[in-house]
Amino acid sequence: MGFEEIPHTADWSIRVWADDLPGLLVESARGMYWLAGVKLVDRPRIKRRYETKGTEGETLLVAFLSELVYYAEQEYAGFDDFVITIKNDRLKVEMEGAPLKSLDKAIKAVTWHNLKINETARGLEVEIVFDV
Amino acid sequence: MNIQELKKINDTEWEIPKSYRHDMRVPVRIFATRELLEQVMNDKSLEQAVNAATLPGLVGAVVVMPDMHQGYGFPIGGVAATEYPSGVISPGAIGYDINCGVRLLASNIEFESAKKDMGRLATLLNQHCPSGVGKAGVVKVNVKELDEVLRDGSKWALKNGYATQADLARTEETGSVKGADPGSVSERAKQRGREQIGSVGAGNHFVEVEVVEQVFDERAANVMGLREGMLTLQIHCGSRGLGHQVCTDYVRDFQSAVHKYGIDLPDRELVCAPMDSPEGEAYLGAMRAAANFAFANRQLLAHSARRAFEETFAGKRKDWHLHQVYDIAHNMGKIETHEVDGRQVKVCVHRKGATRAFGPGAPGLPPEYKVIGQPVIIPGSMGTASWVLVGTETSMERSFGSSCHGAGRVMSRSQAKKTVRGDELRRELERNGIEVRAGSMPGLAEEAPSAYKDVDAVVETVSAAGIAKKVARLRPVAVIKG
Repeated sequence: MGFEEIPHTADWSIRVWADDLPGLLVESARGMYWLAGVKLVDRPRIKRRYETKGTEGETLLVAFLSELVYYAEQEYAGFDDFVITIKNDRLKVEMEGAPLKSLDKAIKAVTWHNLKINETARGLEVEIVFDV
Repeated sequence: MNIQELKKINDTEWEIPKSYRHDMRVPVRIFATRELLEQVMNDKSLEQAVNAATLPGLVGAVVVMPDMHQGYGFPIGGVAATEYPSGVISPGAIGYDINCGVRLLASNIEFESAKKDMGRLATLLNQHCPSGVGKAGVVKVNVKELDEVLRDGSKWALKNGYATQADLARTEETGSVKGADPGSVSERAKQRGREQIGSVGAGNHFVEVEVVEQVFDERAANVMGLREGMLTLQIHCGSRGLGHQVCTDYVRDFQSAVHKYGIDLPDRELVCAPMDSPEGEAYLGAMRAAANFAFANRQLLAHSARRAFEETFAGKRKDWHLHQVYDIAHNMGKIETHEVDGRQVKVCVHRKGATRAFGPGAPGLPPEYKVIGQPVIIPGSMGTASWVLVGTETSMERSFGSSCHGAGRVMSRSQAKKTVRGDELRRELERNGIEVRAGSMPGLAEEAPSAYKDVDAVVETVSAAGIAKKVARLRPVAVIKG
């Protein structure tokens, strides 16, 4: 699994790959935090749970990342440990993290621009564009 | 796509005909010189304009401005009009920062006599106008007050002592878009908005003090109260997290609406719904509410900026007041009437990174601007010039009463950071006599002038095309950004 930045004139874009959908979600979160320059303090650790429904991987991906954008902006918190289960179109995320030590750039939103999860030699792969 | 595939109309106007791709419903009309076009041939601006030309209910042409650049779904600098009410409205064609826009205020303070006060003014503006990632605004509103902001926009600010009647008269839609529906805005969006009203945010948003460097249209400048050598203040920001969440919510909801209404699109970011559908009506109500939030946001920042001017200049000079020139949106969907193929058609004009530029006599303008045309404020890249233009009869005929909105990026943010160091850029700006107050050096580097097109070339293009007319060029003397 991994991610890499794709050049974009005005916004930010990353290519993410992983073996399965939960892995793709986790790696996308890491990629997004990397783009935004997120750093967490050591303590206190915080825990959050998130659940949503969606028949498509793309829907779950945008919903999950949008949730993280919300936490970064409203609670000034980020997460570095995720336990993700997807069953019967339902996404459940147990996440653990900490308050932000620093955030270089705010992400306004996770877009649907040309969003498509593809099966490739690297497993599942997706390109995500963020509005900044 | 290459330039040879475009049909050249004249030196500043090009066309991608409807026949270019089978799913286009209208042609794409591009306002650009060959040089400006060449700068965007390597990004996806024109491909995105062609995608936008597939939206159901479009009339006329999709119009692209010379400051165009690649966005997501819809190009930045794009204008698209869909017939009201059967045509569609597309949240992604308006953008996440609903009613991102610019406010310009002018003063009678001569820059030369106030040069020594610029450092203090910049510091006070930085203190009074919160900017940067996650910064709370100058006021905190409760649930009921926020609904009033969403419904009434700048009228709420007037009622609460943050505005004057003259401010509202010189604001697009008088700062209060009718038909706003706070009930269509999610609780999460409201939660994001409550603490952020009265804040600049980050990215390319800023508060800037400028001096009127040159006047090109004496009559129009007089009407606006702009005089050579005098200080002005510009505020560039939008609807903050509230608007971002409104767009996020509706782009998600419209993913299913397109299936319901049998709409096939080349990009999921362009999802849309007919304006007369329950989904379309809900988004219109929510978008207008977010637009009102943005108008109130810029009004609160103008109020704060006035305090900074007062603390800097009161007692030192007689007339230190800032009067509003205009406040204009550049990310918005508006119901307007335009002439299309010889008939008057009520349309929803989607402007994303494009400014309304109504010509003389157009409805909705204050009496003084009905004579000269609506002011169009064009912020340049950081450290370079900004412009004041007016809309024209030609803009009404050729671009749905629209013009450009800025310089337009040519370099990615990561490339800019590799090329430019924030601290060096800051020193360079200061060497050029510009006071800089910036929260983030990487953020400053991303907004380096070299990452943008030449704003003068963009303005010369819209001027030569006749869709706007030059009034004044402004030179920055203090920049405040997050």
